[in-house]
Amino acid sequence: MKKYTFTEKKDTRSGFGAGMHVLGQQNPDVVALCADLVGSLKLEPFIKENPERFIQCGISEANMIGLSAGLTIGGKIPFATTFANFATGRVYDQIRQSVAYSNKNVKICASHAGLTLGEDGATHQILEDIGMMKMLPGMTVINPCDYNQTKAATIAIAEHDGPVYLRFGRPVIPIFTDPDQKFEIGKAWMVNEGTDVSIFATGHMVWEAIQAGELLEAEGINAEIINIHTIKPLDEEAVLKSVEKTGCAVSAEEHNRIGGLGDSIAQVLIKNKLVPQEYVAVNDSFGESGTPAQLMEKYGLTAKDIVAAAKRAIARK
Amino acid sequence: MEIEQLEKVASQVRRDIVRMVHGCQSGHPGGSLGCTELLVALYFERMKLNEKDGKPVFDMNGTGEDLFFLSNGHISPVWYSTLARRGYFPVSELATFRKLDSRLQGHPTTHEHLEGIRIASGSLGQGLSVALGAATAKKLNNDKGIVYVLMGDGEQQEGQVWEAATFAPHHEVDNLIAFIDLNGQQIDGPTVKVMNNRDLGKKYEAFGWEVISIEEGNDMAAVHKGLYEAKSRLGHGRPIMVLLHTGMGFGVDFMMGSHKWHGVAPNDEQLAAALAQLDETLGDY
Repeated sequence: MKKYTFTEKKDTRSGFGAGMHVLGQQNPDVVALCADLVGSLKLEPFIKENPERFIQCGISEANMIGLSAGLTIGGKIPFATTFANFATGRVYDQIRQSVAYSNKNVKICASHAGLTLGEDGATHQILEDIGMMKMLPGMTVINPCDYNQTKAATIAIAEHDGPVYLRFGRPVIPIFTDPDQKFEIGKAWMVNEGTDVSIFATGHMVWEAIQAGELLEAEGINAEIINIHTIKPLDEEAVLKSVEKTGCAVSAEEHNRIGGLGDSIAQVLIKNKLVPQEYVAVNDSFGESGTPAQLMEKYGLTAKDIVAAAKRAIARK
Repeated sequence: MEIEQLEKVASQVRRDIVRMVHGCQSGHPGGSLGCTELLVALYFERMKLNEKDGKPVFDMNGTGEDLFFLSNGHISPVWYSTLARRGYFPVSELATFRKLDSRLQGHPTTHEHLEGIRIASGSLGQGLSVALGAATAKKLNNDKGIVYVLMGDGEQQEGQVWEAATFAPHHEVDNLIAFIDLNGQQIDGPTVKVMNNRDLGKKYEAFGWEVISIEEGNDMAAVHKGLYEAKSRLGHGRPIMVLLHTGMGFGVDFMMGSHKWHGVAPNDEQLAAALAQLDETLGDY
């Protein structure tokens, strides 16, 4: 097992803020919009340096999406920012008609996704957003795994012509990826090569998968771990190449098991290579209040759960 | 263009509308007929459009020109006809309206790359937000073009409209002119009965807009004058709202003033009766 260490923990939303700071300096077409959550989205450095390119929308997410679509018509690259719940479910029709169907170059940037939002509870803990966004034709869906990768992804999506959903979160987690990485949309990242089971993880679950890999190694199981930061378009080649070798799969995501990464992997396997697959995901329920760690434990989204799923998958080979 | 010439264009656009809707036996003639004067006056007189050799040149960004957005996308026939007659695409294409493999979808879209269309619309309430975004981009680009947007009166029942209505004066979007087609009708009946919007002028004034009215929205001279007046008020820190009083189905006597022709196509006999009331001024497609 390749060794991953960290010296610092940070939230992925801060990686987004850092990426926006860079974009503010590098790309004059980038415009940031926010619906009354500037502090939560870590936009202060961008706003301080580019006040004319920041649009405060107030608590009006539907209008923010429409504004973003309109801004593209003048060649701007709008980054529409708010919590993941309000960035997707609340404005699905606005995204569908004005952004996706109209093929507008809008970047929907969503913080506080998933259970790890914590104490605010289920009203804010969206677990359906990946599913909603990936169903939209032409939408790119990205869920990076740590601060550095979120920063790199933020910078990369400005160069991509087309609508993007960028999902990140609130909790502080280890920074274990390269600070100078080049983020390639749609290209899975090989975290650890292995032979016994393929673990496909996205977002906060990648660090859990690395810990799971170490636990499995202690039991003599050699896990391949792949970071699927881009859920759509999915790196099907990487998925197939891995399961050709290992013969079974585990998907891990902080999302409802219905409609998320697991289902995307399953579609590839059904069509190309039938191997056992186990899901580590929320079992079709809403969340609740609690600390992020308590919630990940209760809803079965820890390294321990990935280990159990890996063993089940191997047993089914 | 002289008023008389604009009226001639409007007559042909009305013929196109009823023929298009008849041709596919679906679509929305009522609101389309009611907004004919506005669209013809905008595209043939008021709007500054990028042109080459007398024909409009379309690009998505619309740099340096005025832009028009149709929020109540179901009145696509009047927009398609106006665009075609203005030279954006061949008038013969109007015959494909709402048919398989057409660029003239039931509601306007960008998906099929129809010249003149910059956003999909149809799901109501979104156009004002989009227009505000485009107007904001023009300001950021130091582009002096004006952004026009048309909404329906029934559409004012959508919440997003009021999010946008709050945004525009706060951010002093004063390069935008919005219209509400006040025809007083929506699918289920008169607007006052279905969901009374009450005094939209006072509402927009209270939100910080400059509001003017065109009382005779189907009188070309009145529309022409109203557009001139609206434009003269731009650039003073406030968005402009024009309350355009129209008659649904205007120009075809049996379609006028009733919500029944909101989304119903005429049969052969009704088409003949309608066309008999509308002069063929530019040649049918």
